[in-house]
Amino acid sequence: MRVPLSWLNDYVKIDLPVKEVEMILTNAGLEVKTIDYYGLPGADLEWERDNVVLGHILQVEQHPNADKLVLATVEYGADKPEVVVTGAPNLFPYVGQGDIAHLNLYSPLALEGATLYDGHKAELKKTKLKGRELRGVYNRCMLCSEKELGISEEHDGIIIMVKDEYAPAYKAGTPLQDVLGDAVLEIDIIPNIARCASIVGVAREYAALTEQDICYPDYEVVMEGQPLDNRVVITTENAKLNPRFVALLIEGVEQKPSPFWMQYRLRLAGQRPINVVVDISNYVMLEMGQPNHTFDYDFLRQRADEYAPDGPIHINTRLPHEGETLTTLDDITHKLQPYNILVTDPLGNLSLGGVMGGLNSEIKPETKNVLLEAAAWNFINIRRTGTQLGIHTDAAFRFSRGVHPSQALLGAKRAAELLRRLAGGTVANGIIDTYPEPAEPVKVDLNLNYARRLSGLNLSGTEIANLLRRLEFDVTVHAESLTATVPDHRMDIEGGHDLVEELCRVYGYGRIPSTILADTLPPQRGNPTLEQEERIKDILVQAGLQELINFRLTIPERENRLYAGDKTWQTDSADTYVTLTNPISPERSVMRHSILASVMDIAANNSRYQGRIAIFEIGQIYIGQPDELLPQEKTRLSLVLTGQREVPHWQTGDEPPLYDFFDLKGILEHLCDNLQIQVQYEAARHASYRPGRTAQLLLNETPIGMMGEIHPLVVERFGIRIEPGQAVLAADIDLDALIPAIPQAYPYKPLPTYPAVREDLALIVDKTVSAASIEEALLTAGGPLLQEVKLFDVYEGKPIPPGKKSLAYHLTFQSASKTLTDKDVSKNRKRLIQQLSKMGASLRE
Amino acid sequence: MLAQLDELYAESLEKLKAATTTAVLDTWYKETLGRKGAVYLMTRQVGQLSPEERPVFGQQINKIKTDLENAYQERLAEVKAVELESHIASSALDITLPGRRPARGGLHVITQTLREIYRIFGDMGFQVYRSPDVETDAYNFEMLNFPPHHPAREMQDSFYTTKEDVILRTHTSAGQIRAMHNYYPEPVRVILPGMCYRNEQITTRSSIQFTQVEGLAVGTNITFADLKGTLTEFARRLFGANRETRFRASYFPFTEPSAEMDVSCFLCEGEGCQVCKYTGWLEILGSGMVHPVVLRNGGYDPAIYTGFAFGMGPERIAMLKYGINDIRLFWDNDLRFLQQF
Ligand SMILES: [Zn+2]
Repeated sequence: MRVPLSWLNDYVKIDLPVKEVEMILTNAGLEVKTIDYYGLPGADLEWERDNVVLGHILQVEQHPNADKLVLATVEYGADKPEVVVTGAPNLFPYVGQGDIAHLNLYSPLALEGATLYDGHKAELKKTKLKGRELRGVYNRCMLCSEKELGISEEHDGIIIMVKDEYAPAYKAGTPLQDVLGDAVLEIDIIPNIARCASIVGVAREYAALTEQDICYPDYEVVMEGQPLDNRVVITTENAKLNPRFVALLIEGVEQKPSPFWMQYRLRLAGQRPINVVVDISNYVMLEMGQPNHTFDYDFLRQRADEYAPDGPIHINTRLPHEGETLTTLDDITHKLQPYNILVTDPLGNLSLGGVMGGLNSEIKPETKNVLLEAAAWNFINIRRTGTQLGIHTDAAFRFSRGVHPSQALLGAKRAAELLRRLAGGTVANGIIDTYPEPAEPVKVDLNLNYARRLSGLNLSGTEIANLLRRLEFDVTVHAESLTATVPDHRMDIEGGHDLVEELCRVYGYGRIPSTILADTLPPQRGNPTLEQEERIKDILVQAGLQELINFRLTIPERENRLYAGDKTWQTDSADTYVTLTNPISPERSVMRHSILASVMDIAANNSRYQGRIAIFEIGQIYIGQPDELLPQEKTRLSLVLTGQREVPHWQTGDEPPLYDFFDLKGILEHLCDNLQIQVQYEAARHASYRPGRTAQLLLNETPIGMMGEIHPLVVERFGIRIEPGQAVLAADIDLDALIPAIPQAYPYKPLPTYPAVREDLALIVDKTVSAASIEEALLTAGGPLLQEVKLFDVYEGKPIPPGKKSLAYHLTFQSASKTLTDKDVSKNRKRLIQQLSKMGASLRE
Repeated sequence: MLAQLDELYAESLEKLKAATTTAVLDTWYKETLGRKGAVYLMTRQVGQLSPEERPVFGQQINKIKTDLENAYQERLAEVKAVELESHIASSALDITLPGRRPARGGLHVITQTLREIYRIFGDMGFQVYRSPDVETDAYNFEMLNFPPHHPAREMQDSFYTTKEDVILRTHTSAGQIRAMHNYYPEPVRVILPGMCYRNEQITTRSSIQFTQVEGLAVGTNITFADLKGTLTEFARRLFGANRETRFRASYFPFTEPSAEMDVSCFLCEGEGCQVCKYTGWLEILGSGMVHPVVLRNGGYDPAIYTGFAFGMGPERIAMLKYGINDIRLFWDNDLRFLQQF
């Protein structure tokens, strides 16, 4: 909503600086989004006070040497008038009329040296006015067009302002800033301030906020024409959807341009002036918020001659018939929905109520007699209609946010009176007002303690009442409560809480104190699951991984790239996806089943310019449940490693070692050690991973995830750029299973008192024997003194026989009760070798 | 003999002076004071002396021994110092060469921002409560006082799913009712972080997916003044102790009164700059007193209980703090971006 301050000033005194006005409105919920200045300081083109003034046109004569130029004599408060050479076509009609001072024509006059926009340039280019000879007549001043002043693109003629009884009191020589200079506030109309979608609406708020009185527009209408009631009949079939319908007839209007002051206000408010009838209709809507509609009365009468030659025009509002269509004035034909409410006559529909006029019944250039409609419509129904048909008119904007039925009568009268005054019409005698179920005044009770408890303000009943009265509430104060009657321009007040907001707004949010919560502190339980998730993130970050947060919307095809060939791995069938009916793009139509797929995508994106990729994400996947409304949201961890294990350094050269399977496993071991969880790794097969380099993670024998080297085909499908020999490692783990296993507390291992004895042992075993089984056998055979077994070398090749491998271990023997002797250790060592030889292991000498 | 001693002494001192490395000094020591050194060899000649001469000779040779030992130690210290100095001088590094960095991990900047929010509200007794991303229309809208076809719904374009009445939540306010049902009849003090989704064009300022943190406090003694105090405290912890806050009236269907909270611009100190659009204020969060309809839907009697709620966007906070001008960067997960935080 664009609000010119000069217009606002018609109804409430604006005597504060613009920035202060902005702050007052913004703080009260009428957020000023932008301020546009016209001619005033702050404008792109400031009209110089001494050089751009109002001129009074005294005489217009033909230029002696040029057909297309005239000489205008302009009085501007100086000792003598100035003769100005101009080619403005709208001055030509006055040539040869002699002294025309009595016509009271005024125009902005720029004096030599003034800065203006160049009217002949397409873009806004500033230029300084210089005196020069024009076809033999020296000219040093200029009468200005709207474009030259930065008001609009209009450059067909100069601005001509007529001083009449409805126009402001123009005076020659006044700086133009004081006449047309303005600041326009763009106010964001949020749903609960629908009442402010008008200048009067904003004025009402401003008056309340600054403790001023508001001066409403004159809603009286002079009706001097023939009676109306036997000429038009109006019925409404559905009082819920169309509570009120007011009509007036204005006869003999002259369709001419509206006066400049009205055009100027419309322009500043963002409306293009058309002609006086259309402009008045728009002006009243902007002024007081009631949209109205004008019908060509003679057209309606012609139709009535068909259905009721001797009877009145019959306007009826109703819902559409099956299959009915309507062509709106923009010449688009709409298929109607059962809830679209129509203004009709017995021959068919005339307009889409509250949204847009019909093409046929619209006023035309030759229309003299206007039937004016101002009605009330159900706002939810208008919203549905506007959204469904894609029509977003200014009328629909207001009606879809709620315009109180009381406004219809005021708006109709205001528009009719302006048509009488400015368009030369005569208003037929009588107002048709179909209002079968007048809205009852809304009364709201407010408990005073509740008001104090909610607001934090310790105000008396009278103080609260006075705050509400500033917004035109009619308030009666009782001992413990008050009763407020809601003013009839508002539809947003339903209960005491709404009144509390109003009193807080008027009191000033800024003046309400700031206090610290004194209410009882609820039991502090924390959020253990979140805390563990965050702990896991920290451990992974410490291990050098970067956390990601991905879009959770994807498509099954993207996720299926994870499965190399074998479709049987797709345990998630398509119908368990949460699927959108209105996706914004075909690439984002379901909620993900896999985090790994998105982490792989990010690995691919980054592989173009990152040598080292070590990334993870913790988040939800969404598995639809056939018998449940909502899907299961499962928390998983996915991580991907590929590329350089270390940050390249000038000492290690350009090619540091690459991540491999055991980097990934090491990170998972590091994670589980930190969490005090025992996880087993079991060789496994999975369609995402490279056979022979895949493990399943088991927690107490229950699978909780997979890890391994990603299958080369899958790497290729995701487009991860890799060098020869570079592997992509990944893990995907169910945190809903892992997190509950994390112990709250665990016993620490006491530090040893007696020294340890370290022995090395190299074994030769079959290649197929797993390292884990040897380690387990060593620990079992080593007895309680064997504290630690650590693999330090794996070797194949000469001199180890083919099909065999050598595993070398550091063994740490330690006792909690004594210093071990060589004898103790060698006894153990012998037992170890004996046990292991049973498994086919031999000692490597 | 004594003359010989004096000669040896002088000669040895001369040699000692000439020695400039520890290696030469080592040799000198062996040759002079060692087990078979010159001084020892002199000692053995004592037998050739008369008993009268012996004590004098003995005294003299001991003196020489001590003096040479001292001279050696002195010289050794000198040479060592010179050697160390020259070693240090010759082993200077070009300290401008780059260091060897550990492989660096990091948390996503949204996680870092969320943790800051958790920490500040945690100190004020707000606990984290999480609720589903995929929600029913009832929790997301209806129970929060958004009737069907209400104009307020226009402010949030939803993603609908193939299941009727199931949508992707448009705000974490959707968890308010769930939290109230969970905690009733205890007082409630929670923050609800999570992912939200809106069917909007992806631009530098808006995304189809974003994170939000909702807050909710319900009790028997909670006022609008408490809302102001709590959120001002939060703003000062997050943006600096001397920040001012401004509360202005706003509209959310689930709160009444409703307020937007602005924080005085920390980039221009309120003078006006591009980021604050020359207003001196930065819009940080929406808030308000919980609407009685919402309290009732959550099981709390609005005649007894009041409460406040608020909601904010971690991305916006991070954008302001780090001058990030494109919200899409949060979701691109470009490591060159993520590793700056
Ligand atoms: Zn700023």
